[in-house]
Amino acid sequence: MHEYSIVSALVDKVEVQARAHPGAIVRVVHVAIGELAGVEIELLVTAFDTFKPKTVCAAATIAVESRPARWSCPKCKTVIARGEKLRCEPCASPARLESGDEIMLQRIELEMEDDDV
Amino acid sequence: MCESCGCGDPDLVPVDVHDNILAGNDLQAQHNREHFVEAGVLAINLMGSPGAGKTAILEATARHQRGLRLAALAGDLATDRDAARLEKAGIPSRAITTGNACHLDAKMVHHALHELPINGLDILFVENVGNLVCPAVYDLGQAANVVALAVTEGEDKPLKYPTMFRKADLVLLTKIDLLPHLELDVEAIRDALARAMPEPRLILVSAKTGEGVDQWLAWLAERRARITRPPVGHSHGHHHHDHA
Repeated sequence: MHEYSIVSALVDKVEVQARAHPGAIVRVVHVAIGELAGVEIELLVTAFDTFKPKTVCAAATIAVESRPARWSCPKCKTVIARGEKLRCEPCASPARLESGDEIMLQRIELEMEDDDV
Repeated sequence: MCESCGCGDPDLVPVDVHDNILAGNDLQAQHNREHFVEAGVLAINLMGSPGAGKTAILEATARHQRGLRLAALAGDLATDRDAARLEKAGIPSRAITTGNACHLDAKMVHHALHELPINGLDILFVENVGNLVCPAVYDLGQAANVVALAVTEGEDKPLKYPTMFRKADLVLLTKIDLLPHLELDVEAIRDALARAMPEPRLILVSAKTGEGVDQWLAWLAERRARITRPPVGHSHGHHHHDHA
C-alpha cells in the first residue's frame, strides 16, 4: 500500500501550485496513472480521500485517468499486442514501453475568489 | 459540475502541471546513483515476495564469492533480523526499519548510507521489503534490479505482477533444490517472463546446495565491469555532474 506515500507527494505538489494563487480553493486534482505504474487506482482514490482533510486538497476531488501500457519495437515501430512476448522477432529487438508507467499530476482546477478571476 | 471527463467546470480555473508525482524521489535516487558511481560500487536492488529467499541468496553469495567486498542494506517492516543474518554471514549490513512502509525509497537509502560507508566496496546489496508491488515503483539509485522468485510461487507471478518484472534486469529462480518435490514447469516461467520483461534473464539457484550461484556471481561480475569509476584527477571534462 504505497498509495498513501504517493498521495503525500501529490498533495505536496498541489500545495506548491496553490501557493501561487492565494485564496483559491483546489476543487479538482487530475492525475494520470499508467497500467504498469504499480498504482492501484481505487486505493489511490481512497488514500486521497483519507489523507486530504486539513490539507490544501480538503475540498478537492481526485480525477484519475488510466493509461494503458503500450509496447512497440524501437526500430520498426510495430506495436506489440497485449500479452505477446515483448520482442520484435523481425528486428531481433526487445520491445520498448512507449507509455503506461506514468504517475503524473496533470492539472488542478481552482475556484478563485471573485475579485481574483 | 463536471469533475471527471476532463472538460472542466466553467467556474474553475485550470492550472496545467504535467509533473511526475514521484519526481522528488527520482531526484534523490539520482543523487544516490552519483554517490554509487563515485565510489565505484555496484548497487543492486534485490526485490521479491516475503519468503522468496532474498536473504538466503545473499548469504550464499557471501559463502561462494572470492575477494569481493560486499555490504548490504536490509529493508524490513519491523525487525533487523535480515541485517543480523547478513552480518553473521560476513556481509556488513544496516537495517532500514520502514515501520508501516511497504517499500524502501531513495531518502531512506540515503540516510542509511550515512551509517554504512560504501567507499572501497565492490557491491552494495539493497535488500528491499518483501513485496512484489510497491518496491518496483521507487528508484533507489541502483544500477540494476534483481527479483528473487521462489519455485514455490508458481509459474504465473510475472504475469500477475508485470510492474515488478518489467523493471527487473535479472530474475533469480530460488530454492531449486525443491524442484523434485514440485510440479513446476520452468519453461512456463520463461514464457511468462518473456511477456513481462523486454530482455528476460533467468538464473536458477539454490542457496542451500549452491547450484547456480556461480552463474549469479558471473552475472554480478559482468554488471560490475560496466561500472565506470570516474578517473582520479581526470581533467578532460568527460565526467560532469548534472544538478538539474
